[in-house]
Amino acid sequence: MRFTEATASQLATLIAQGEVTRSEVLESFLERIVAVEESVAAFLTVTADHGRRLARLADKAAEGGATPTAGVPFALKDNIATQDIPTTCGSRILEGYRPPYSATVMQRLEAAGHILLGKTNCDEFAMGSSTENSGFHPTANPWDLRCVPGGSSGGSAAAVAAYEVPFALGSDTGGSIRQPASFCGVVGLKPTYGLVSRYGLVAFASSLDQIGPITRDVTDAALVLGAIAGPDPLDSTSARVKPPDYGQALVPDVDGLVAGIPRELFGEGVEPEVRQRVEEAAAVLAELGVGVEECSLPNAAFALDMYYVIAPAEASSNLARYDGTRYGYRAGAAAGGEDVGNGARASIGGGPPPGDLLSLYLSTRSQGFGPEVKRRIMLGAYVLSAGYYDAYYLKAQKARTLLRRDFEQAFGRYDFLISPTSPTVAFPIGERADDPLAMYMADLCTIPASLAGLPAISVPCGFSQGLPVGLQLMGPAFSEELLLRVAFAHEQRTDHHTKRPPLLGVKRH
Amino acid sequence: MSEDTSRSRYQAVIALEVHVELGTRTKAFCGCPTTFGAAPNTQVCPICLGHPGVLPVLNRRAVEFAVKAALALHGQVHLESVFARKNYFYPDLPKGYQITQYDRPLATGGHLDVEVDGESRRVRIRRLHLEEDTGKLIHGGTPGGGATTGAPYSLVDYNRSGVPLVEIVSEPDLRTPAEARAYLEALHSILEYLGVSDVRMEEGSMRCEPNISLRPVGTEKLGVPVEIKNLNSFRAVERGLAYETERQAALLAGGGRVERETRGWDEGAEVTTFQRRKESADDYRYFPEPDLLPLVLEQDWVEAIRRSLPELRTARRERLVREYGLPAYDAGVLTASRHLADYYEDAVELVEASQGASVPTAGAADGPGTAPLHAAAKTISNWLMGDVSRLMNEAGLEPLAMRAKTFALPPAALVELVALVDEGTISGKMAKDVLEATFSTGKPPRAIVAEKGLAQISDSGALETVVARVVDANPSAVAELRAGKDRAMGFLVGQVMKETGGKANPRMVNELVRKMVGS
Repeated sequence: MRFTEATASQLATLIAQGEVTRSEVLESFLERIVAVEESVAAFLTVTADHGRRLARLADKAAEGGATPTAGVPFALKDNIATQDIPTTCGSRILEGYRPPYSATVMQRLEAAGHILLGKTNCDEFAMGSSTENSGFHPTANPWDLRCVPGGSSGGSAAAVAAYEVPFALGSDTGGSIRQPASFCGVVGLKPTYGLVSRYGLVAFASSLDQIGPITRDVTDAALVLGAIAGPDPLDSTSARVKPPDYGQALVPDVDGLVAGIPRELFGEGVEPEVRQRVEEAAAVLAELGVGVEECSLPNAAFALDMYYVIAPAEASSNLARYDGTRYGYRAGAAAGGEDVGNGARASIGGGPPPGDLLSLYLSTRSQGFGPEVKRRIMLGAYVLSAGYYDAYYLKAQKARTLLRRDFEQAFGRYDFLISPTSPTVAFPIGERADDPLAMYMADLCTIPASLAGLPAISVPCGFSQGLPVGLQLMGPAFSEELLLRVAFAHEQRTDHHTKRPPLLGVKRH
Repeated sequence: MSEDTSRSRYQAVIALEVHVELGTRTKAFCGCPTTFGAAPNTQVCPICLGHPGVLPVLNRRAVEFAVKAALALHGQVHLESVFARKNYFYPDLPKGYQITQYDRPLATGGHLDVEVDGESRRVRIRRLHLEEDTGKLIHGGTPGGGATTGAPYSLVDYNRSGVPLVEIVSEPDLRTPAEARAYLEALHSILEYLGVSDVRMEEGSMRCEPNISLRPVGTEKLGVPVEIKNLNSFRAVERGLAYETERQAALLAGGGRVERETRGWDEGAEVTTFQRRKESADDYRYFPEPDLLPLVLEQDWVEAIRRSLPELRTARRERLVREYGLPAYDAGVLTASRHLADYYEDAVELVEASQGASVPTAGAADGPGTAPLHAAAKTISNWLMGDVSRLMNEAGLEPLAMRAKTFALPPAALVELVALVDEGTISGKMAKDVLEATFSTGKPPRAIVAEKGLAQISDSGALETVVARVVDANPSAVAELRAGKDRAMGFLVGQVMKETGGKANPRMVNELVRKMVGS
């Protein structure tokens, strides 16, 4: 049997029943990685040794009669901290950085017995919608290797779509889980802000960032969300609510629910075929008894504008710590510098040091960050500057409040909202690389829920020119159960999620 | 024009910005310990080192301490306040921003009454907020803080990074360096009494950055303010402000202009020197800290803290006068430090206990039995203000050291010493020696007396023999004494002391001589 074909929940069952060992499962995924990574390039680090060691230990413990643990391999986006395992955020400035601690989600997945198989590529510091902004290499879309996998969690989505891992975690600030899930034909869930701990997620925009699962079906999304959700004393913004058993939500009963389609997210920018697929999905839901109506989120029309003030503002502050003094890249330091423990590095005795403190900062950050990151730092520093704060940052926050109210009002009438996840399907690598504004449009439909802190899920709803189209479902805060139920009902009535990418196209070098 | 004349033409306007490290066991936003003096970078974790992905979690005790301070300063504690990020680059700031409070601080308003030359003045307080401390740079030096090596690099110690601070900003209500010092001392006393900080200026747990501007006497418009840094003692604050007053006055009187700048106090040269220009306000790009929720306090919690506030210095000073009959001056000196006052009251309570039921309690302080207690209370005060204080200074000890379990002279020892003098076992002069011995060895006074054979001869039989011999041997002195020359008395007593090796009880010798001579 090819274990790579199985979903995470199927694998967990097989392992629990003793049908297969964790090591066998792990090896088959490692084989798959070896076979396709040359084409897909989803990973920045493959933790084969780490995974093998854990799998062996867990198998041995199970033989000895210990309570069986899950043992399902997974991947993490490379902006999630993993102790002693490189965590670069796709940035040269963190090349070689090994955190002295692990993120809460990593600890929770490991506590459940899941086994880390690698860290996936992403746009640098999660800034981008195509994974082309990675400081290391682009990742290809398994459905068409000439196309981007979306971003910023493009590596995680591509790895899951290419059957390199059964599930992966991504992070979503303005659509970075949902949009790549949509481009790669997999399921991506951005939880309610505060449901999953951000401790160990390298911050891009703190008031928007959320970690969530990328899986091949809705059942796995529920499984993984259940493993990572819940209060964390290390994250002051994590919600003090005990998450329900999301597995219980997986019943295909949506009869009587009412859904709205916000016209602001379904406008002219949406490609005709994408529109058609989403309308077909709405029709499927209607057949299941969901009332579907057009509705409005008036302020969603300004969501991109709000987002590109608030997110860069927070980013400009969050990224200040990469200054070359404690860890990561330092201009002028000899390769690696002198390791002084704790992931820190000293450049004493390294290469020619910059003349003074200011030039150390300037050259480290000029050389270490890529152009998109620099663009956002400058944008963010500008909107927070004295004299501009009120006109930009404060105003954007006020608009954000209005957008939240739009959602509240909509949810007074509708149980959930429907839209395309992305106005388009995956675009060719390089096509938008030099056009930041065109790139920003890729997040048009996903940003509103991010700004409002609401949960949203992207599920496959068909194809356009051979490329996957994603359906986005948005719900009120902490309505993950409802979204999973609707997504599950839709999945039960369709077969999009069972389609396999051909992994065809040009071979990459 | 002489400096004196020019200075008298101007009035100084001073405001103080004071940073105080709160004495919490752990840091403001992580669980690292805050012990002072630990080896560099041993009290750090990913959070206070600002590693990628970490998040702050607020220390509840730090909030409690800050609320205590705000309430003691009569400030208005806001039930909702907001943390903000202050963004700037410096190697001692690991995240590239400091978590502080900006437009919505924990407390605003309040005041502090200070006394200068017997006059009380009320200084208004503008705000009090919570923030985190930075790390510490050691320039071209050794990590142990030893002599500078002139090394071409700087080292950073992050032990202090993330230690909770309160920043207390006064209104520009201070007019003289002496007032500024008095304000700082009063603030120091309050914080020490509250037990929210070590408030040690030398160790940097209390740091003061004054702003001073001058304006012509009789005018209202404020002059250009200069900020002074590196003031590491009360004295330095006063001296630094005095120097700056004269410098600015001389500048203005000479037709010059004061620049808006930061100056550093040079302790050795006793001058302020230019550090950096402040042409426009620094742009710290403040914005609300998205990693922390607004700080929301329960009214009941704040009220409970208000009720639990300890007796502060002024109240205690008044009580010491009332209960123990101490002169106001003594009470003032003893209560300057909470620890000294605690020590004092422990000692007096021991005396009270030993005097037993015959001594009435505080409730009946005016009763007939208070005299012995009041006398003992004054005696203990004298010892503390005099010899004990001198010994503490010589040993470089602060009042806090008196409260340590290992302190060589615990209250019981001082009480024992007073008793030895009282019962006539040793003279007051001998007691000073015994005190020093106890202070340096930690041995109880009685043990010292026994060990050194210091007990004075108070046995009248034994003394009579010696006195008789001295009287017989010095007829001329006896004659002088009889003629009313008191100087002769001193001579005779001195002779007795000489024969007894200084151990004779001088009061008894006096009495015996008079009896025998019949003067």
